[in-house]
Amino acid sequence: MQSYSVLVVAAILFVLGLLGVLTRRNIIFILISIEIMLNAAGVAFVAAGARWGQPDGQVMFLFILAMAASEVSVGLALVMQVYHQHKTLDVSKLNNLKDDIEV
Amino acid sequence: MQEVLFLIPALPLVGFLILSLAGRHLSKQVIAVVGAGVVCIAAIATIWLGINFLQIPPENGAYTVTLWRWMSVANFNCSFSLRVDALSLVFLFVITFVGALIHIYSAGFMKHDRDYARFFASMNLFVCAMLILVMADNLVLMYLGWEGVGLCSYLLIGFWYETTANVQAANKAFYITRIGDTAMAIGLFLLFRELGTLDIPSIQNAAPEHFVKNSSLITSIALLLLAGGMGKSAQVPLQTWLPDAMAGPSPVSALIHAATMVTAGVYLVARMHGVFQLSPFVMNITAIVGAVTLLVAGCSAMVQTDIKRILAYSTISQLGYMFLALGVGAWSAGIFHFFTHAFFKALLFLAAGAVIESLHHEHGIFKMGGLKNKLPVVFYTFLAGAAALAALPLVTAGFFSKDQVLWYAWSAEGGSPLLWLIALAGAFITAFYTTRLMLVVFWGEAKTHVSEAPGRLMTWPLIILALLSVVAGFIEWPHNLLHVTLFSDVVQKVLPPVTEKEPIPSEAIFQLIAVVATLSGVYTGYLLYKKNTSIVAKWKQVPALVGLRNFFFSGWRFDQLYHTLFVRPFVFVTNLNKQDVIDKIYTGIVSMFQWLNGIFSVSQDGSVRTYVISVLIGIIFILALQFIL
Repeated sequence: MQSYSVLVVAAILFVLGLLGVLTRRNIIFILISIEIMLNAAGVAFVAAGARWGQPDGQVMFLFILAMAASEVSVGLALVMQVYHQHKTLDVSKLNNLKDDIEV
Repeated sequence: MQEVLFLIPALPLVGFLILSLAGRHLSKQVIAVVGAGVVCIAAIATIWLGINFLQIPPENGAYTVTLWRWMSVANFNCSFSLRVDALSLVFLFVITFVGALIHIYSAGFMKHDRDYARFFASMNLFVCAMLILVMADNLVLMYLGWEGVGLCSYLLIGFWYETTANVQAANKAFYITRIGDTAMAIGLFLLFRELGTLDIPSIQNAAPEHFVKNSSLITSIALLLLAGGMGKSAQVPLQTWLPDAMAGPSPVSALIHAATMVTAGVYLVARMHGVFQLSPFVMNITAIVGAVTLLVAGCSAMVQTDIKRILAYSTISQLGYMFLALGVGAWSAGIFHFFTHAFFKALLFLAAGAVIESLHHEHGIFKMGGLKNKLPVVFYTFLAGAAALAALPLVTAGFFSKDQVLWYAWSAEGGSPLLWLIALAGAFITAFYTTRLMLVVFWGEAKTHVSEAPGRLMTWPLIILALLSVVAGFIEWPHNLLHVTLFSDVVQKVLPPVTEKEPIPSEAIFQLIAVVATLSGVYTGYLLYKKNTSIVAKWKQVPALVGLRNFFFSGWRFDQLYHTLFVRPFVFVTNLNKQDVIDKIYTGIVSMFQWLNGIFSVSQDGSVRTYVISVLIGIIFILALQFIL
């Protein structure tokens, strides 16, 4: 019952993050939204570990933390470069990789 | 004796090699001496050989000499060996003797041509190939000669290659004879599969024991060989190339397309008589083909206006007589008609060449006329040839041979009254168109100015051939008139004698009927083209007769028929394939992938949001599947 409500919180967090990714235009907010989604997944892991009395859930959360840290550092470096080259952080304008083949 | 056999085909080959390799640097006199000389020496050698052959006949009826082993694969052995028996001897004599006269004539006829050496080189190569054809001991060697003469025929029809029509005529001759040659090659393969040998004497010996008479196997072999002969000898339905082959120089028409090459089919059938006799059905077909051909070509000859085309159709018609004779089983009569026909038809072509040359290359007979007094030598020799072609009784060679063919068309084993009637109608037609040709060309008023009379080099061969056209028939008389059978005595050492049907009608009546047919043909020609020319003018007003005339003029529309049946569908298919029908599959695959690429690349719009949504849709889809299943 307890883990169930925690999973609901995790799901709400995940959907919030997803909506952020979908609606935001600024890359930095998208990155933040992704962090929220990662944390939702982490909450779900911890809840699941508590439900079955296993340490694996918390171990997994530690991994997610490490991965999120490295991802943010790489991501922010990329954001810096993008801003440096394109003078914008609006993703709808950053579509230079689009395929230009005409049918 | 046997050791010098090889000289006969080797001499023209030497001539060919000299002229083709060094011809450019030789003067015209030297070229003429080499080109005509080698054939003359070959002719003398042949005559000497013939005299020896007749005086002291060789033990087994033939001179044979093996020059070298040609090829040997598994149990197939083929040697380069020559063999001369009575049948080959007749052909050898005609090829070298008539060939020598035609070469001498050509020396005068072609003297203004810049390709003098090329002409004589091709002619010499032709003589060589033709000699190999008739001297071959096995069918493979014979096939070599067979294809060799086809090649030379092609080269010489297209001799004046700068005119497109000549080249097309050469191509046509080559393609159409190729149909027959292919059939013949298949026939040879079948023969080899059955008998394991292609040596002519062994085939003649082994065939009666190996094959069941009338079996489908021997019938198909004989039919295939016959088809080969029909292609070379221009028999219906493969006759359309010969009238067009007249595009070549006149001596070529005389040598290749009248005297020698076109009779190769006759030689093949006579040479393979052991095979043909095993299939009476194919013998009947041969006779019918001959009869149909002589009628079809005769009718076409009646209305032609080009002097050489008249003679060409006449040649086809006379070849029909030969096939008819072979088909009814009168082997020696067929060969005898070949023998006399070679002289008078070569003569007619050479004389026609002289006429054409002295009238500024005019071919149309209605633009000639009145040449009787202007070209007396040509006139009298042409008259002798024409009389022989029309088969005027007793004074011409043509009479003796054609009378035999007519007689056997009824009385021989395979003969029938119908065949005789067709042959008789053919005799009437022949007499008619010959008279027409003579009257239109040599009588009446002159319509074209005569530039120069032919020189002595051209007239002497004409005179010799004219003499032969008269006397060559005297060596074989009808049985009821005089017992002279020199020709059949010789030839029947090789060819089987004629078996006559039992109740034999009186031969004299038939001769009388044939003579009446010939004379009435001559009279009809005289009536229509000399005495009362208004009849023809009146006929030209009748649409039905004009239609018939045009039908005959186009050679019974065989060309149009083949055009519709073969050329048009072929052109249609090639036009289709011009767009590469097969390639359509591969280009289709390529364009399908390009189309798909266009569709899928729309999804790659570079917007992160779209990607995320598509990932989301994918996840929802998978989850939904999980729940449903």
